Amino acid sequence: MDRPGFFDLMSFGPDGWAPALLQATLMTLAVAGTGYLIGGTLGALLAWAKLRGGPVLRGIAGTYTTVLRGIPDLLVIYLFYFGGSMMLTKLMRGFGYEGFVDLPGFAAGAMAIGVVSAAQHAEVFRGAYRAVNPGEIEAASAIGMSRSTLFRRIVLPLTARHALPGMGNVWQITLKESALVSVTGVVELLRQAQIGAGSTRQPFYFFFAAAVLFLVVTWGSGLILGRAERHFNRGLQR
Amino acid sequence: MTSPAIRLRGLRKSFGANEVLRGVDLEARQGEVVSILGSSGSGKSTMLRCINLLETPSGGEVWIGDERIELVTDRAGRAKPVDPVKVQKLRARVGMVFQSFNLWSHKTVLENVMEAPIHVLGRSKAEAKDEALSFLDKVGIAAKRDAYPAQLSGGQQQRAAIARALAMHPDVMLFDEPTSALDPELVGEVLRVMRGLAEEGRTMLVVTHEMGFARDVSNRVVFLHEGQIDCEGSPAELFGGGGSDRFQRFATT
Amino acid sequence: MDFPFLWQTVQTLSAGIPLTLLLATLSVSIGVVIAITIAATRLWGPRALQQAAKFYVFVFRGTPLLVQMFLIYYGLGQFEAVRSSFLWPVLREPFWCAILALSLNTGAYGSEIVRGGLQSVGHGQREAAMACGMSPWLAFRRIVLPQAVRQALPAYGNELILLCKATSLASMITLMEITGLAAKLISDTYRVIEVFAAAGAIYLAINFVLTRLVAFADHRLTAHLRPVATGKPAPDTRLTGAKP
Repeated sequence: MDRPGFFDLMSFGPDGWAPALLQATLMTLAVAGTGYLIGGTLGALLAWAKLRGGPVLRGIAGTYTTVLRGIPDLLVIYLFYFGGSMMLTKLMRGFGYEGFVDLPGFAAGAMAIGVVSAAQHAEVFRGAYRAVNPGEIEAASAIGMSRSTLFRRIVLPLTARHALPGMGNVWQITLKESALVSVTGVVELLRQAQIGAGSTRQPFYFFFAAAVLFLVVTWGSGLILGRAERHFNRGLQR
Repeated sequence: MTSPAIRLRGLRKSFGANEVLRGVDLEARQGEVVSILGSSGSGKSTMLRCINLLETPSGGEVWIGDERIELVTDRAGRAKPVDPVKVQKLRARVGMVFQSFNLWSHKTVLENVMEAPIHVLGRSKAEAKDEALSFLDKVGIAAKRDAYPAQLSGGQQQRAAIARALAMHPDVMLFDEPTSALDPELVGEVLRVMRGLAEEGRTMLVVTHEMGFARDVSNRVVFLHEGQIDCEGSPAELFGGGGSDRFQRFATT
Repeated sequence: MDFPFLWQTVQTLSAGIPLTLLLATLSVSIGVVIAITIAATRLWGPRALQQAAKFYVFVFRGTPLLVQMFLIYYGLGQFEAVRSSFLWPVLREPFWCAILALSLNTGAYGSEIVRGGLQSVGHGQREAAMACGMSPWLAFRRIVLPQAVRQALPAYGNELILLCKATSLASMITLMEITGLAAKLISDTYRVIEVFAAAGAIYLAINFVLTRLVAFADHRLTAHLRPVATGKPAPDTRLTGAKP
């Protein structure tokens, strides 16, 4: 039996898997990006709770980060995927709908990734806020800025500058974590590679291609993040 | 007559295009204490570091006792010793005391002194410990034997470093600005230990800024300028006005 | 919440603890050796090996661990040469494939930590060792490495916890460690919340113990960085006058 070689499989030709894999790469970016946004928002709230909340809020936020940092992400994805579907099914039963309702894998996956990355985001934001020189904030209130102006014009940009490297790290981690979403059936890179591996019986080629595409995405992100960091750090270099 | 403890002939050293040593000839006899003076950048530390091959000379000869350290030039044009194992053996015979002490921070004072006798000379632990304690006693910090370097003052650290060098029973001891990193009030305790060693008849090469030490303790003073020996002689000669004009200006400022 | 079921679940999942711990300890042990080798190569190796080591770190940090695991477990068997080689009895076992992937992965991350630790050791420490006649290898083993390890320990403790979490991916190549058992229990009972809570509690307990162990080791190993217990060392005026 003459099996197609690596470059036949990875071509744009009639039997080639290149278009499917590229589309899957976009799906990876979409899942990771959505999760990252959810995580960033939730993480900002957590950081705020840790920095400014009362003892109860601080306790909740602290427990959240401890728990999420200790539990494997795969378990969190199972929780959202299976747990979400069950809750949805129960909810629909209340409306009189019988039968099983699936929570879309994309939603479950993105939420799970977001919940995990929120803990990482929170630590980054908190550290960045702590790194801001209090003198600069004092100077702003001394010239009579209102609290909201002070936050918007001074605290936020200064914090962002310190947070950027950490946020870049969280993005890289999130990108790689998104491979786990393949268990929910979302056709992202790893899932597409599994499909290709199954139908051609050439698993090495497909997982290798997936690895290369992941590498391209993380490497490209690294380049962009490095450039962004330099942009925001202008004025810091002497 | 026995061969000199250290002999340098036409010693040269460049870092890139920067020639730091431009042909230095120097001999130290057994039991002689030689002070090496010079302004910063005169190459005095580099000279000392060439003697135990912490820097590899670019040219010239280094003799330790009657053994010459042979150098070859590798393909990249850098000089390197022919036999690295021989260099290790020679280094074990040459004690070095650094400006920044360089005590091993993860070991106690006693462990610092015992380390090389056990692992380089192959002494037994008990033997090394007895000896280490006697050397620590000699430099006056036996009471600090179980302290870590970070818990000691600079003067105590430097005395521990001297004990570490002594524990190797070196033929020659090199001191690279041993008091330059110390607070003024701690300089005295280290100089006292060094003076004691000199009076025991040890061969010492001392790079220093301490004029008092050079004048009162050493047998010979060497003044380096821009990588060459500008003038040398007994302390009485040089400090009595017998040195070069440059030395006179250096010594009086 | 159904507490009897929760307790029963904890007991069921506990059967997976030994495998999780075995995966973690074995791969961290192999990973440390890889990490030190790679870090030393990147700092002091010949130019070509430096590039190779850098590439290894780039690849294993830039791709998901799960992809690496699939590539090793499912991928390698594609080649007849691998299947007929003497390595096949090892490479067809999911356990050893998981160990291989986890070790290579943590080795790459760990090498960055070790490299930082090695760079933090001052140049003078090595120089003083050389000046005492130590060989480069002896100086590395006795002087530089112990100090680098102490420096790198807290970060490595963090890596250990991440690795412990990462062992859960072994369930994706059929290994029944804690997460594998949890997944099976979820599909058998559909009681997601309870199973998640039980599995989560076990992982948190493991991590708690690990954190304490690392903190204990750190405390023991960094005695030299703490001032003496009585506070500032008193100046020993009695001894400053050294015997001549």
